[in-house]
Amino acid sequence: MKKVLAVASGGGHWEQLMMLRSSLDPHDVCYATTRRDMAATHGIEPVAELLDCNQHTPIRALLCLIAAIRLVLKARPSAVISTGAAPGFFCILAGRLIGAKTLWVDSVANAEQLSMCGKLSKHVAHECLTQWDHLASDTKPLFRGSVL
Amino acid sequence: MILVTVGMQLGFDRLIRAMDEIAPTLDMPVIAQTGRGRYRPINMELHNNLDAGQFEELVADSKLIVSHAGIGTVLTAQRLRKPIVLIPRQADLNEHRNDHQLATAKQLRSRPGILVAWSTNELGVTIRKSLANSTLPHVEPQASSELLNAVAGFIERGQI
Repeated sequence: MKKVLAVASGGGHWEQLMMLRSSLDPHDVCYATTRRDMAATHGIEPVAELLDCNQHTPIRALLCLIAAIRLVLKARPSAVISTGAAPGFFCILAGRLIGAKTLWVDSVANAEQLSMCGKLSKHVAHECLTQWDHLASDTKPLFRGSVL
Repeated sequence: MILVTVGMQLGFDRLIRAMDEIAPTLDMPVIAQTGRGRYRPINMELHNNLDAGQFEELVADSKLIVSHAGIGTVLTAQRLRKPIVLIPRQADLNEHRNDHQLATAKQLRSRPGILVAWSTNELGVTIRKSLANSTLPHVEPQASSELLNAVAGFIERGQI
């Protein structure tokens, strides 16, 4: 059993993370999200809460990054997995600092190109998956099926 | 009851306006979650500022969901086994920053329980079609086995 940090913002990102639960739940998983109430509807309590942010909210992004680093230092995961968005990317960044293996799963909503965080994760995460075959490359992102 | 939802992020007045016109012709009440939209519906009960639990209760009580083509709503409808009619947001109408919802709707349109209205003109017909034939498979929705295996393998070995 591995220690895993699984992160997704509220909404579609979170619903997609929940679709991966059968692969996550055999492990010791710490879940983190921006919407505690969404986690509760899936019976996930406790959950670590992160501030929602994006490229247009730099102050919140900085606070979120700090919180992500604190969370990773506390949880000490061996793997960090995120289905997006920016708060999940920050956890992957923080995961690299402690030597965790990191996986970005780009949202299935991104059918035309990877999200901005998805593009960044190609350089930061150990592995990067797209959920669309036509967006895949030989290394990053790879295509390995989708939540749909 | 029919639940109309536009997701948490953006308004979608084209959908709300169209549903407000269609609502009196349907044989059941229509409840609308309009997000940040400006249009105030007259023929639909307005519910905003719902937390996730309250929203799920509405989904559970509904006979049909009418929604933007957002993944969160689609997956919630699947999980609670509700039929859903999708109408994709369009970038040329300033409804989203790009046309990813069109791609999502194309990908989803052949799935059981999901119908797509490509414009508001098709909305009424599509809703009636869904209400007349709303059988959903009783399978627990989950990601493809390929994706689940990739994630499981990654956790074990640190690589895909």
